[in-house]
Amino acid sequence: MNTQNLMLIDPHIHMTSRTTDDYERMRKAGIVAIIEPAFWLGQPRTDVGSFKDYYSSLVGWERFRASQFGIKHYCTIGLNSKEANNEALAEQVMELLPLFIYKEGVVGVGEIGYDDQTPTEDKYYRLQLELAKETNMPVQIHTPHRDKKSGTIRSMEVSLEHGIAPDMVIVDHNNEETVKDVLDRGFWAAFTIYPNSKMGNERMVEVVKQYGTERIMVNSAADWGISDPLSVPKTAALMLERGISLEDVRKVCYQNALDAFGKSGQMHESDWLTPATVDQREKFSGSTVLRGGQTPVVGELENDEGEFGSKFIR
Amino acid sequence: MYQADISATKAFLKGIFERSTTPQGRAWLTQKTELVSSGSAKEKDFYLAFSAAPRFVGKEHLQLTEADLAQADALRAGFNPSRWTADQAARTLLLLSLPAQDADAFVKQVETLFGTADMGEQVALYGSLPLLPYPERFSKRASEGVRTNIGDVYEAVALDNPFPSEYMEEDAWNQLVLKTLFVGKPLYRIHGLDQRSNSELTRMLSDYAHERWAAGRPVSPELWRTVGPFIDEHTIHDIQRLFSQPDELEREAAALACAQSSFGPARELLNSHPDLKQQVESGELNWGYIGRNATMQEPYKVDRT
Repeated sequence: MNTQNLMLIDPHIHMTSRTTDDYERMRKAGIVAIIEPAFWLGQPRTDVGSFKDYYSSLVGWERFRASQFGIKHYCTIGLNSKEANNEALAEQVMELLPLFIYKEGVVGVGEIGYDDQTPTEDKYYRLQLELAKETNMPVQIHTPHRDKKSGTIRSMEVSLEHGIAPDMVIVDHNNEETVKDVLDRGFWAAFTIYPNSKMGNERMVEVVKQYGTERIMVNSAADWGISDPLSVPKTAALMLERGISLEDVRKVCYQNALDAFGKSGQMHESDWLTPATVDQREKFSGSTVLRGGQTPVVGELENDEGEFGSKFIR
Repeated sequence: MYQADISATKAFLKGIFERSTTPQGRAWLTQKTELVSSGSAKEKDFYLAFSAAPRFVGKEHLQLTEADLAQADALRAGFNPSRWTADQAARTLLLLSLPAQDADAFVKQVETLFGTADMGEQVALYGSLPLLPYPERFSKRASEGVRTNIGDVYEAVALDNPFPSEYMEEDAWNQLVLKTLFVGKPLYRIHGLDQRSNSELTRMLSDYAHERWAAGRPVSPELWRTVGPFIDEHTIHDIQRLFSQPDELEREAAALACAQSSFGPARELLNSHPDLKQQVESGELNWGYIGRNATMQEPYKVDRT
């Protein structure tokens, strides 16, 4: 995979559902930073404690686990649209969110929005937009799988109604049918590259050729389903192969995500260029996953185009 | 109810904190600590301030002089903020500003923080344990801290912290010592290590050494630090083995362990190494020296064989 040693960011990936082998492959493919939006776990949670521990792991264990592989981990915190339909639980989750919104590495409220577009989803979407406004945080919108186009437009209209500036909102899971509406309104347009659904990366190349690179970004949304944590590097490589300039690829696979989520004040390029100046306690080779005898070897990391083998010591 | 003179401790912390932050950072913390201590703050205000501290005060390392370190120790025996950062000091000052007359309310608020803490917050919380009121209420929490998988959090609770040796049950304490070795961290930075040595710990350490030897892996010479007073007819064989190791640090550790023993065969072993015996007696050789040198040697750091 030739990405000409570009630094890459995957601004939407659910690492909680992925393995350490994925982290190793991602790092070797050039990914330096990721954003993990809070989402549902494939089945509904029944208790607020599950949410608390999940959010804690996003700002705690998962962030640390990523650091062991030389990847900076950020997250967005929010109540996803599916689980917003359990109103009793949603009420309790809303009380938790202020405890997490200012944690280190939280770069937005997300992923929030609509799924079935029920009145209850609408209620909690709006409440979370208010929280984002109050804390001056970017918003990461999950657009619905079904009735996508009108759901996407509705998501944007409601956020404008709440007085949120479009450049503070990242609208995710776009396709050819939604992209123009999003860009015309001044929002960020994110595209999820999935192996079989959502966008394939050949289609993505065409989108960039047609719409340019202004406010467009690419992510994998890799999770517990069929998905590919190397979507961003693979798409970057394909774009280069198809004649898109290195600078344009850098924008959609790195810079735009940094500019959009950087508005949180919690994500800076220096975090991965000179980690020691950000927090000298977070030395990623000096601070290890505490399991004697199974420490991943982390040394000089180079982008690697060969076979990605796991390097565990057993 | 406090473990130290709280106003003197706060003044000291504030002084060293202010040297490592900006005027804006100083003003922010003053405002927040006053709000929290006034009792008129909502719980949410306290939680948000605790979370947001690094954004306003930064994360510079505190710059401590020898005199500062001596003062820290005088304020609270074993209190050692030499590796603290500005945000950590700020968070500790916020904790020490919480009204604490009502023990249950105080513990509940601190436990809420523990339950939702990110890594930096966990470091600050565990590091603050030797200064908090009602320390006995946090003994189980400290044991929980030792179970962490995150290096920085582990160090905050286990190293340069007097709380565990004073408030942990023996079983939990023994796990702390063993785990520190297991994860390749320095034993000499565990406060109160020598005072809390015990025969059960000696057995665990000896078993662990045998496990490492069986696997052909190095054994940190620091392992033997708490073994000396408990050398008996079983462990004497371990010490004999140490004396024949090629690594000088291990032979020195053997000599130090024997010097702490009243067991006859151990005294004889030491007498048969007059050079080492002399170095122990002169004070030239001590466990601090072993620890500092052992941690500089790669093989003892992590299992990478």
